[in-house]
Amino acid sequence: MAEKLDQIFVQAKHELVRWLLCHVPGAWAEVLSALLSIATLLVAFAALFALTTLLERKGLGRIQNRYGPNRVGPFGLLQPVADGIKALTKEDVVPRAADQVVHFIAPLVLVVPVFLALAVLPVGRNMVVVDLDAGLLFFFAVGAATELSVFMAGWSSRNKYSLLGAMRAIAQMISYEVPLILSAVTVVMMAGSLSTVRIVEVQAGFSGWLPHWHVLTPWGLAGFLLFLIAAAAEANRCPFDLPEGESEIIAGYYIEYSGFKFALFFLGEYIGLFAVSGLAITLFLGGWTAPLPFVQWVPSYVWFFLKLLSLIAFFIWVRGTLPRLRMDQLMSFAWKFMLPLSLINLLAAGLWRFLPEGLTRWAFCSLLLAAAYIGLGRSLVQRRNLGRRTYRFAE
Amino acid sequence: MTPLHATLLVSALLFGVGLAGALARRNAIGVLIGIELMFNAANLNFIAFWRYGPHPEALTGILFVLFSIAIAAAEAAVGLALIIALYRHCRTVHLDKVNSLKG
Amino acid sequence: MTADFLILSLLTLVGAVAAVSLRNLVHCALALAAALAGLAGLYLHLQAQFVGFAQLLVYVGAVAILIVFAILLTRGSDSEPDGPPATRGWVPGAGLAAAAAGLVVAAILSSRALAPSLQSSPEAPVRAIGEQLMTRYVLALELIGILLTAALIGAVIIAMTLPSRRSAEHKPQSRTSIPDL
Repeated sequence: MAEKLDQIFVQAKHELVRWLLCHVPGAWAEVLSALLSIATLLVAFAALFALTTLLERKGLGRIQNRYGPNRVGPFGLLQPVADGIKALTKEDVVPRAADQVVHFIAPLVLVVPVFLALAVLPVGRNMVVVDLDAGLLFFFAVGAATELSVFMAGWSSRNKYSLLGAMRAIAQMISYEVPLILSAVTVVMMAGSLSTVRIVEVQAGFSGWLPHWHVLTPWGLAGFLLFLIAAAAEANRCPFDLPEGESEIIAGYYIEYSGFKFALFFLGEYIGLFAVSGLAITLFLGGWTAPLPFVQWVPSYVWFFLKLLSLIAFFIWVRGTLPRLRMDQLMSFAWKFMLPLSLINLLAAGLWRFLPEGLTRWAFCSLLLAAAYIGLGRSLVQRRNLGRRTYRFAE
Repeated sequence: MTPLHATLLVSALLFGVGLAGALARRNAIGVLIGIELMFNAANLNFIAFWRYGPHPEALTGILFVLFSIAIAAAEAAVGLALIIALYRHCRTVHLDKVNSLKG
Repeated sequence: MTADFLILSLLTLVGAVAAVSLRNLVHCALALAAALAGLAGLYLHLQAQFVGFAQLLVYVGAVAILIVFAILLTRGSDSEPDGPPATRGWVPGAGLAAAAAGLVVAAILSSRALAPSLQSSPEAPVRAIGEQLMTRYVLALELIGILLTAALIGAVIIAMTLPSRRSAEHKPQSRTSIPDL
């Protein structure tokens, strides 16, 4: 029964493909299967996007001691629908000075790669759109296109705020992409594979009560935290939301976007957050595997989406709690703290791999990481450079 | 025409376009863009010969392209640093105007 | 000669032509990114999956962004509107390029077909690439590492503003760190 419930979507797809093949030639089988998977993925994540916008506004409202949206539908549940209608019916204003073509293409260059990145995330047992041999590399490769989109949006608007926001965003994304990839590399070293499906399989199974998740090892915990911070920066989430800081540069690179194009940016940003959170789950939190042995009867996709929702809730909580960083703090945090720590984490993962199993490797790796954390943190706090800033390139 | 021929033709045209850009552009960054295109035309040749050659299991073409991409990244970084230094020195990146050897 | 090959090569070539011929340098950089993405697609078409993704990651993610940054730092995007985008001697340059391309094209068209490989669709699994990198090509890999480090340091030193003699007399700058971008 549990098995059946777990594979219900996979079975349903097979049945549907078989039924459709009665009407179309057999050569279409693969195309149909792929199309069905893609359609399901699009619908699921678009629904999650709608849910998240509501959750975020409600959650932030509660943190700030107010109600949040509660007018449309019961408890404001239909608010996303109202938002969608509003975005679709608004006038699409394009500045006269804007570079029309680039201005038009920029939202597409953001949304398409971000959805592509979802394709390699295993959302359940046997539930991945495409299991690539180099899945992780694919994820980061398509993620790279978002930087270009941000630049296109900021530059083509011919607005100083949007250009400032774009430059901030690119500098931030490039800086935080390094620790993001380096902390993902530790998992690749352990799993011995770039395939996301394989990485989840490595983490399946239990020793006693504890699952074999990577986050439950010293290097995995450090890697997970580094990955989460870098992910927040990549997705322009608070406290790293300088590129779109409303109080400083209004809305950053998408200041000149309105109507549906703005909605596309909004969508792309959230889907990017889901994708990178999904990758964090896949790499460190065991993907779709159950956290405890006696709840394995719960279907795998439920676990994946539960983990995703809790990560999203965490990000909303952080957004409601932490103030925005300053640009130089952001940069020195990335280069003087995150980067050295992720390199040391790489070393710790290597040691973990080659030291004999037992308490020694636990103690050794934990001590190494704790020492690095304390040392780097100390030096970052002590050498806090609060003097006057020098501008080298703004001449 | 075999697929290998077609791929090689694309690569040759890409190389020609890149060469034209590198020789004719006035802006130093434009020249760098042309050089990148030529680099990539060569890479396409390696992949094409790996794919359609007699020994695809050797992976030589793939590895050569990987190294070549790494070198191209280094080249782009150094080249752009040079261009920025040039701009700071001469206040221009137009190669027509950079015509004096004396600093 | 399949449809996807035609589309991808068309994207690559049109992007390349745009990258060397447009007036606005930012447009050139974006066209370059499109051409290189098309090339990555061609690699995927040729079943070099790993190389295709690496191409996307390095070129679209890093080199294109680097070029764009350089354009903005050198104020290249608002170049003087009166000047032509090409050098004075662009005619011989373009002619030379056309001649070179023509020569290579003629050579390709007159060559005989290569003996086809025994495998109809070769593949390059990531594991095999990794093993080759760690065994046969390990020296090259290490050299690339050294080269990249040297290029990193070199690029930083070249692009760094050293305190010039004139400004050093007035106000000595003690810090010569990498600027916060």
